[in-house]
Amino acid sequence: MNTNTQPLIRAVNLVKYFPVRLGAYGEKKAIVHAVDKVSFEIHQGETLGLVGESGCGKSTAGYSLLQLHRPTSGKCYYREIDLTALSEKELRPYRQKIQIIFQDPYSTLNPRMTIGAALAEPILAHKLAAKETVMTRVITLLNDVGLTEKTVNRYPHEFSGGQRQRICIARSLACEPEFIVCDEPISALDVSIQAQIINLMQDLQEKYSLTYLFIAHDLSVVKHICNRVGVMYLGRMAEMGEKEQIFAEPKHPYTRALLSAVPVPNPHIEKTRKRQVLGGDVPSAIEPPGGCHFHPRCPIADEKCKAVVPEWRQMGDGRWVACHKV
Amino acid sequence: MGEILLDVNDLKTRFRSRGKLIHAVNGVSFHVNRGETLGVVGESGCGKSVTMLSLLQLLPPAAQIESGTALFNRQDLIKMNFRQIQKVRGGKVGMIFQDPMTCLNPVLKIGDQVGEALIYHRRVTKEVALARAIELLRLVGIPDPEQRVKDYPHQFSGGMRQRAMIAMALACEPDLIIADEPTTALDVTIQAQIVELVKDLRDRLGVAIIWITHDLSLVAGLADRIMVMYAGLIVEEAKTEDIFDDPRHPYTLGLLSALPAFQAEKKVRRLASIPGSPPDLRAQPISCPFVPRCPFAFERCHSEVPVLMPIKGGEGSGHRIACFADTREWRAKA
Repeated sequence: MNTNTQPLIRAVNLVKYFPVRLGAYGEKKAIVHAVDKVSFEIHQGETLGLVGESGCGKSTAGYSLLQLHRPTSGKCYYREIDLTALSEKELRPYRQKIQIIFQDPYSTLNPRMTIGAALAEPILAHKLAAKETVMTRVITLLNDVGLTEKTVNRYPHEFSGGQRQRICIARSLACEPEFIVCDEPISALDVSIQAQIINLMQDLQEKYSLTYLFIAHDLSVVKHICNRVGVMYLGRMAEMGEKEQIFAEPKHPYTRALLSAVPVPNPHIEKTRKRQVLGGDVPSAIEPPGGCHFHPRCPIADEKCKAVVPEWRQMGDGRWVACHKV
Repeated sequence: MGEILLDVNDLKTRFRSRGKLIHAVNGVSFHVNRGETLGVVGESGCGKSVTMLSLLQLLPPAAQIESGTALFNRQDLIKMNFRQIQKVRGGKVGMIFQDPMTCLNPVLKIGDQVGEALIYHRRVTKEVALARAIELLRLVGIPDPEQRVKDYPHQFSGGMRQRAMIAMALACEPDLIIADEPTTALDVTIQAQIVELVKDLRDRLGVAIIWITHDLSLVAGLADRIMVMYAGLIVEEAKTEDIFDDPRHPYTLGLLSALPAFQAEKKVRRLASIPGSPPDLRAQPISCPFVPRCPFAFERCHSEVPVLMPIKGGEGSGHRIACFADTREWRAKA
């Protein structure tokens, strides 16, 4: 990737805490450390994958990036413009350039709006087309995602899950965005449909030179679609680097365990290989363990890991790691 | 191995919905040997869960078994009355469901729930059941089981709840465990824990397992044989190695080539996808249900429903497909 030019999206020490109330009557206050000082950059035309177990803060990081909820601290830059410093009104022109595709195509479409109306709404709201000409734009969008113009007057319930996800993709493309956060876009779909949607997303990326942040828990999909991969654990970034580096030679013990946990679709390898199985569960994000968050489950942790938060540093080969042991 | 434990023949299950019939299972025949692991793979709505629920008569009231036999230890499960099937459920056949949160009773202690089957089936005392529950929880790898039996389900994490479910299924030393997508709701690292646990228990206790999943790669290392289902029919059945090395049915071929991990080794940029979407099950099938999505289809496929037959040249291997086209010949040409 072209690392010498300025990045399209840059997150610097992004933090998002959620206040919660615990106890039967909500008498105890606590803080969920959803995202804790995460930094990364995404360059034009590339796909950054964000992986991790549920509750590790990967979706929250994506939402904070888009200012869907304001980060507690830290900065998010779009072409070196600090989005966190802008008011809602000032943000509006940038909203059309940064879009999102959600996981569940069933709950994201208004059941009372026709597909045509749903797709026309963002275009009209951003005044990108006049009311008279908006339908031609809508039909182009539908053709882009492989649907015919007959679908314009139909309602969401008439479509299957895969088709609905195509409509959601068309809607995120409506305002000609540059950057799209894809929040588990294929997790709710059947295996045979998943491949269709992945291909579609890759075609669209090529056609409109889009930049993706691809959030997923399925590592094999990330391996297929992404250029770079970031691995998150309990709100912090554990490792980030080029896809080939991460998958061929993982450095962080969590990345290694995560990769080892993924089943390989080859019975000859699968029946003989030795898996590194992590014990225990992911700890609560309300009271994360001190030092390195991963130390209670880490096979190589020592005293230092329990006390000192590992620094997020760059290695000789360009990847970023947060671990005392590498 | 070798001795047949469960033999299902021509099972058909229908659902009644708004006056129409939904053909969920359309004549399924398969068997499970003693101590064997059978992987059942298919997309949502292909009838894999309904097939297994039919065996234990756990279907919702709208569903009805139309025909078929299911011999388990030479007794027909379908013909059993309520009292007879109650003895099988939890006694001879254990069941693990997808969502451990909704399957455990939130107001009963874990220990009571794990031991319940023993009190019912073995008529043991409460104390014996509790002692056995502790032993079972230790077997499935729950730390400090003497204390944890007093916990309620909400005090357990997702992975631990699924371990408790496995302990419950094992309580009466069943011959067969039916696991219906037991790891789908769990994270990959927890999924790996559960899979390793089940493998270990199977090898130690010699229990047969039917593992239902939509993820072909998950059963690659787990199952002895794999059965692929589509639209209420078995479309391919073979030893695990044969399914991956020599898939014959166009649907299995499509599923495998749609797996990003399977393709990664070949460094393809585009995934081969299966066009279209799964069929509507409201009509009685008159052609092969895969015909609209099949690249190999010819005239015969449109007019006849294929039956599961041993493949040509592989009669002894137990490799069976329901397809008229010889996909291997086609692939060789291409």
